[in-house]
Amino acid sequence: MAQIEYKGKVFNLDEDGFIDSFDNWCPEWVEYVKESEGIQELTEEHWKVIHVLQDYYRKHGIAPMVRILTKVTGYKLKYIYELFPSGPGKGACKMAGLPKPTGCV
Amino acid sequence: MALKHATPMLDELEKGPWPSFVTDIKRVAARKPMCEDLLGLVEMSYEHKEGHWKHGGIVGVFGYGGGVIGRYCDRPDLFPNVAHFHTMRVNQPASKFYTTEVLRKLCDIWEEHGSGLTNMHGSTGDLILLGTTTDQLEPVFYRLTHELGMDLGGSGSNMRTPEGCVGKARCEWSCLDTQDIIYDITMRYQDELHRPMFPYKFKFKASGCPNDCVAAIARADCSIIGTWRDKIRIDQEAVRAYVGGELVPNGGSHGVEKRKLDIQKEVIDLCPTRCMEWDGKNLKIWDEDCTRCMHCINVMPRALRPGTDVGATILCGAKAPILEGAQLSSVIIPFMKMEPPYEEFHEFVEKMWDWWMEHGKNRERLGELIQRLGLREFLKAVEVQPDPRMVNTTRYNPYIFYDPADVPGGWERDAKSFRERHHA
Repeated sequence: MAQIEYKGKVFNLDEDGFIDSFDNWCPEWVEYVKESEGIQELTEEHWKVIHVLQDYYRKHGIAPMVRILTKVTGYKLKYIYELFPSGPGKGACKMAGLPKPTGCV
Repeated sequence: MALKHATPMLDELEKGPWPSFVTDIKRVAARKPMCEDLLGLVEMSYEHKEGHWKHGGIVGVFGYGGGVIGRYCDRPDLFPNVAHFHTMRVNQPASKFYTTEVLRKLCDIWEEHGSGLTNMHGSTGDLILLGTTTDQLEPVFYRLTHELGMDLGGSGSNMRTPEGCVGKARCEWSCLDTQDIIYDITMRYQDELHRPMFPYKFKFKASGCPNDCVAAIARADCSIIGTWRDKIRIDQEAVRAYVGGELVPNGGSHGVEKRKLDIQKEVIDLCPTRCMEWDGKNLKIWDEDCTRCMHCINVMPRALRPGTDVGATILCGAKAPILEGAQLSSVIIPFMKMEPPYEEFHEFVEKMWDWWMEHGKNRERLGELIQRLGLREFLKAVEVQPDPRMVNTTRYNPYIFYDPADVPGGWERDAKSFRERHHA
């Protein structure tokens, strides 16, 4: 497990660049990881997606299905890819500090 | 040339007549350290009887949510060259016809950016590039798309890469242009292929006839199987040639030695609906009773051919055992014409997806959703009328649901008026 430091914060990452625990998430993490996810500037819309994911995860203990994410945010899947080029799983969930998606991926 | 790791167990697999994957990988390993370490890792797995890849792996290319299967070895200390060993799925041409030019270019790209190993092809159909590192994914994707006009295949909860049988390209039985259908589905639903939006994976497969050479009925959530609805075309002269021993039955599959076909025993008596008769000179088929199983046509390909009013049977729901048990696809549309631009088919697909996306639970295949909510609900959603051809037998339990609208008086009843007639 790799360790990186950014703006005084320390993060433990797996090979795919996901943080080891949701509890270790902080806004600096988003700032740090955005570039590797193909994002120049973080907008309010990015944050809205991140917050929806985090609220859902806190409540249900899992990431929402894509359909729920699009319904709650009101963003079409295409737009979510515009915001997060690697998509809701690899992009948005990673930035929100959620555990890595599993299954037949 | 001596390789880095000793592989005594793998070496055993170089013996015997079948093409040895070990010999092949060793040949590549002479120039690719990644393959050298792969052999070492596999040898270690043979020894431990355990896999040595870590759980999961989430990598990909920008813009897509699938297409790459991330893989990391759990002993990078011993096998650093397979610390990353990601798989890239490349969308293959329908039925897998290639020119050497394309394959050579593809190999050049993979030689430069990957392990040099492939899987030709994955069981869903993709051409699989086996083993590369995260930093090489975008460069490979760039070159595939810019130099070869090729795209990634599907992975994740999306429409996976569709595939068809060889179809009309070189089979006289094909009732469908499977390549065109597969290409149409692939191109029309690119978004659904590259950006996971479904409750779970979804596969299409198209076979030209019920022999089903791409196993559509078993390996696709939506199986498209060619059939016909007019008469089997009979060449009586050729039938007599089979009976007389001039033509070899089954195209020589059971030996090419010339022999007389015992048409009664090998064809008439084996017909599942017994709708055929041989009077010693002519073959008669009662086509209205024929279920188009292909047997007689398979035995006498030079004498019998499918009809000319062709189309497809659309079946849904096949899946492997997890979670609710294995399923084959069930008939949903007994006969549909399949001609470009395939509008009727697209309408069906989109209605089916809308229903599944609305009602499907997380990681619930279409077949399981149909099981959970019932075939009736599915038929309503896709606006298809129930038909006897959709069931093997009628139900044998009496737990029959009625729509309140179909019952005079509905469900609202007055207990008091019941009590007036029936005292407690």
